[in-house]
Amino acid sequence: MATLGDLAKLVRSKNAGPFWLTIDIMFDDAEAYRRARDAEIVNRAAIARLYNRNPADIIVVNHDTALAIKVSFPRPQSSGSKLDSDVYGGQQYAPLLGLEVPG
Amino acid sequence: MASFPLVSATGMLGSGFRAESLDKAISLGARMIGCDAGSTDPGPGPLATGTCMFSAAAVKRDTEIMMTRAVKAGIPLIMGSAGTSGSDAGLAWMVDIVHQIAREQDLHFKLAVIHSELSREVVRRHLRDGRARALPPSAPLTDADIDAATHIVGMMGVEPIQEALKLGAQIVVAGRSSDTSIFAALPLLEGYAPAVVWHMAKILECGAAAVAVRTAPDCMMAVLHEDSFDVFPLREDYHCTPQSVASHTLYENADPFELKEPSGTLRTNDARYEAISDRAVRVSGSEFVHDPEYTIKLEGVRRVGYSTILMGGVRDPYILAQMDSWLAQLDDNIRTRIRSTIGDRPYEIVTRVYGRDGVMGVLEPQRGSVGGHEAFILWDVISEAQELSRSIATSVSHLAVHNPIPKWHGLISGVAFPYSPPEIDRGPVYEFHLNHVLAPASPTALFRTEYEEL
Repeated sequence: MATLGDLAKLVRSKNAGPFWLTIDIMFDDAEAYRRARDAEIVNRAAIARLYNRNPADIIVVNHDTALAIKVSFPRPQSSGSKLDSDVYGGQQYAPLLGLEVPG
Repeated sequence: MASFPLVSATGMLGSGFRAESLDKAISLGARMIGCDAGSTDPGPGPLATGTCMFSAAAVKRDTEIMMTRAVKAGIPLIMGSAGTSGSDAGLAWMVDIVHQIAREQDLHFKLAVIHSELSREVVRRHLRDGRARALPPSAPLTDADIDAATHIVGMMGVEPIQEALKLGAQIVVAGRSSDTSIFAALPLLEGYAPAVVWHMAKILECGAAAVAVRTAPDCMMAVLHEDSFDVFPLREDYHCTPQSVASHTLYENADPFELKEPSGTLRTNDARYEAISDRAVRVSGSEFVHDPEYTIKLEGVRRVGYSTILMGGVRDPYILAQMDSWLAQLDDNIRTRIRSTIGDRPYEIVTRVYGRDGVMGVLEPQRGSVGGHEAFILWDVISEAQELSRSIATSVSHLAVHNPIPKWHGLISGVAFPYSPPEIDRGPVYEFHLNHVLAPASPTALFRTEYEEL
């Protein structure tokens, strides 16, 4: 079965300000995007499980024009603080890459 | 029908762009040049220390090209979030570069310098007056937060920049500004619709980041109309698509459909993105909802302590297999040793194990085991004084090397240090601790502007 990593043209994570992390899962064809979107594999419960977060804090948005699924949640610690290991938040997307996309 | 062309030189001042791209924008009638110079992305360092994330040489190169073009064309140049953080130190550093260029290139213009650094007293007064609000996920602002802050900036909206433009400034160097305010200030003054202007500003603030394939930073141009705007790159080999432009609303935002500004929120849910050529996209249909309360976002840092770090590698498969218990035992030995040498002075040791969960920490789903045949360990000792952190770190390095495992009998040497001495002092370390907004008496009340004829 294809994974999100196989289907996406770009998966990236980034700070959205020093206190939030945001992950963009972007596609270059509408069919792959719809397949991932409609499978609903990127949802609050799944993200909460993968990242050990509270589901109530997680935002998941589908952007049909951008052909992108976006996930945001508060950082466990602010960017560059003593317990943080990723000042730019750039390497926090990897756990999503292996999610299997049916269809 | 009226239209307003403008250009963004690059996504981050100091990251570069092609001079010929800016020249082309001017020839197409650009009526202002804007450039964002700051970000919180590089962490608390720039605000804490007043240093820019780019070199003076890099910033000067970009600024000189913008200044010479703006002065020659007789159009405004607006640079926001000077010196990365927009603090007074960052602003002074940027203004010095502007002065140098003006002198060297014999440029004459009216300069406005807008300060965004706030005193603790100003913030305290707002807190006392019930004019401070927390943003999620943070707790309400306290006096202790304010007392601990070494630097605080307020993120200005368009109004201080508009005031400077109305008073005849041609070049505006602003402290911390919302990325969008740099590009929205003049078009809003000219009467263009807020929804169109703010959406345009969001796309332009990162320069050519909204093109389909960007190989290097460059300029981006927009032309505002009554109820839409067109956006396109200046480099011939770059192009925008509806998807690339729409995608840019995702960038560095928690929610791509709701973009908060000091005066309200841009809602892009119903935005339409339409290709009008093979390189340009027309955007329309967004909505700007004015908030009942005008708010200024704060950014602030506090000192956490002084850090000394140690870096080491482990290759022994028996240690790797029991990394957690090996580190727990080391931690015990360190506590015991430090209690007998320095007593009860507080300190903290943050241990990152690369090869296990060094990159993601508590977010790592596979934490708990070392995956490969070696691991890298970074110890960070933080305390109230550099000598104390260093003194603790020297014990850590010695104890770590000889920390035993049950498999081996006799004194082991279990950590490979790449450096001698292994301890590296990092100086003071900081963290962002303000995630709050103030409701000021007016949009310009927190910002002080100086003018200068050059």
